[in-house]
Amino acid sequence: MADGNGTLAQVRGLVKHFPITRGTIRKREVGQIRAVDGVTFDLYRGETLGLVGETGSGKTTVGRTMLRLYEPTAGEVIFDGVDLMSMKGKDLDRMRRRISMIFQDPFASLNPRMTIGSIVGEPLVVHEAGNKKKRQARVQQLLELVGLNPQFVNRYPHEFSGGQQQRIGIARALALDPELVICDEPISSLDVSIQAQIVNLLDRLQDELGLTYLFIAHDLSMVRHISDRIAVMYLGKIVELADRDSIYLNPLHPYTQALMSAVPVPDPDLLETRERVILKGDIPSPANPPTGCNFHTRCPVVRTDHCPLEEPELRELRPGHWVACHYAEEFLQ
Amino acid sequence: MNELLRIEDLQTRFYIRDGTVNAVNGVSYSINEGEILGVVGESGCGKSVHALSIMRLIPDPPGKIESGEVWFDGQDLLTVSDEEIRQVRGGRLAMVFQDPMSSLNPAMTVGFQIEEALQLHLGMNDQQAEDRTAELLTMVGIPDASNRLDDYPHQFSGGMRQRVMIAMGLSCDPKLLIADEPTTALDVTIQAQIVDLMKRLQAELGMAVMWITHDLGVVADLAEMVNVMYAGYIVERGNVRDVFKRTRHPYTLGLLRSLPGLEADPGAELATIPGIPPDLIDLEPGCPFAARCAYANEQCWTETPVLEPTESERHTVACWRWEDIMRGAV
Repeated sequence: MADGNGTLAQVRGLVKHFPITRGTIRKREVGQIRAVDGVTFDLYRGETLGLVGETGSGKTTVGRTMLRLYEPTAGEVIFDGVDLMSMKGKDLDRMRRRISMIFQDPFASLNPRMTIGSIVGEPLVVHEAGNKKKRQARVQQLLELVGLNPQFVNRYPHEFSGGQQQRIGIARALALDPELVICDEPISSLDVSIQAQIVNLLDRLQDELGLTYLFIAHDLSMVRHISDRIAVMYLGKIVELADRDSIYLNPLHPYTQALMSAVPVPDPDLLETRERVILKGDIPSPANPPTGCNFHTRCPVVRTDHCPLEEPELRELRPGHWVACHYAEEFLQ
Repeated sequence: MNELLRIEDLQTRFYIRDGTVNAVNGVSYSINEGEILGVVGESGCGKSVHALSIMRLIPDPPGKIESGEVWFDGQDLLTVSDEEIRQVRGGRLAMVFQDPMSSLNPAMTVGFQIEEALQLHLGMNDQQAEDRTAELLTMVGIPDASNRLDDYPHQFSGGMRQRVMIAMGLSCDPKLLIADEPTTALDVTIQAQIVDLMKRLQAELGMAVMWITHDLGVVADLAEMVNVMYAGYIVERGNVRDVFKRTRHPYTLGLLRSLPGLEADPGAELATIPGIPPDLIDLEPGCPFAARCAYANEQCWTETPVLEPTESERHTVACWRWEDIMRGAV
């Protein structure tokens, strides 16, 4: 939980634009995909921050840019007091040991020609941690930690089911004792009955190892289950950020409200009573985002004389409850 | 209500190098005219294969429809000639697939792909087909439809492409539309739009819909009846309220419990179903769920349960122990 443990990471004004180019020999830039467009948030030690949004909202790019898998266009990521974005070489490598990542597609993120022992042990080799014997012992320990039989070290990824493959990915992510784990949609490619197993595993590991999670997902019901705080992204910007219960009980941004009402719930009674907001149209292209409030093209409560003209700032309406909407006050309960 | 489709003991297998995959293992049920049926299950439970078997779209080899009858509109689709099944497919019986990008031809305009079906099945001329296509695209909510007939699939967004697929499915006024995970690749807000559209179209056109999905929430929202499938069997079937509120099969129960509800206590540990689904190659006799079931006894391991009525005739379950479980005797 976000208690007095302090801040582990601060993301400040993070921007990542990808160039759109034409021509092969003489490449020229004809535009930019504004994948992440000024994102600011804090990560508290030991908490799980859920980052939700639809396709193209930039949530994965935020995670990858924090790890410097992408070079940011602008902005800072201060991890434990040091700015990751200005680090180079050995210093950066040392910092990277403290942050790791779990990927969405477990099979695609495991090398099919490596045994799971060498996959899980690879971070130890890369970062020159311990000798061969120590590394082997560590791999065994990691496999046990994620609920896999340590005798499977010499098997290959295809011999495992999707849920087990994700466990392998988790073991690899934990190899170097990270403090922060960026979970990029770790359960969305798994079957329903397996998702719960992985979520419980992540919960248990957090308790045992004191991990901090940035949990990226589009499944709001799972995010609510696992997160302490939740940030909702739309077109490269955070539109709302608050603790879990505030987001679910009193969402202040019209987009969050629509997103919540669109979550399918397997309960016919609940479906009859709840109010549904069906958004019109599609998410606009991040290459050409709308002016002003970028949600104004789909917003059910848009004021056409204001919203398309002025961009709303992320404001703290209640302690810890941030929202980027000019008219959010109207939804305060 | 008139019966539109009746399936009797449908069995489909795939013969591959590693053995025989028992994909669909004796499925029987019926759909009434104008009914929305949800078919739910996890990957590999046979939900898509059973639908493809109905359409006779199983590649043979390696697949083979071993036995069964599929009565649709007075014909057994499994015995009619290839020519006759082509007449039915895309006409009275249409299908919408999961991934709209790979089921639309990227090199042909959207208009052409829909007009083709209209000319083939209904013998329309160019002008009639074009007018009807514009009408269909408007009906599924594509803005400015008549100006988009000459656009190619890549010029549409994912949600819009799925609308195109639905328009194509609807083009010849089907009596039954089979939709195989039509919203799985889409975002939730777009999924909500498509589900809403489907409800409206079904009410307007009165066709029957089979909606195949792994998402129990979508089924609860949309369907009237639901089949829960596991390892190629229907393990529970009934109207939505019965199946979701008076759940009788331990698998269905496990699935519902493993989902964090929006109203449930968010901090609590999620209930899980231990283990993984069985390998469908050389499936052993006995209840397919026995290995993961907390209630399995001797009988469950040796005899395969068949669907039997529960408290209501229309709510059936394939479990030897449902009464014991309900009474709390185990």
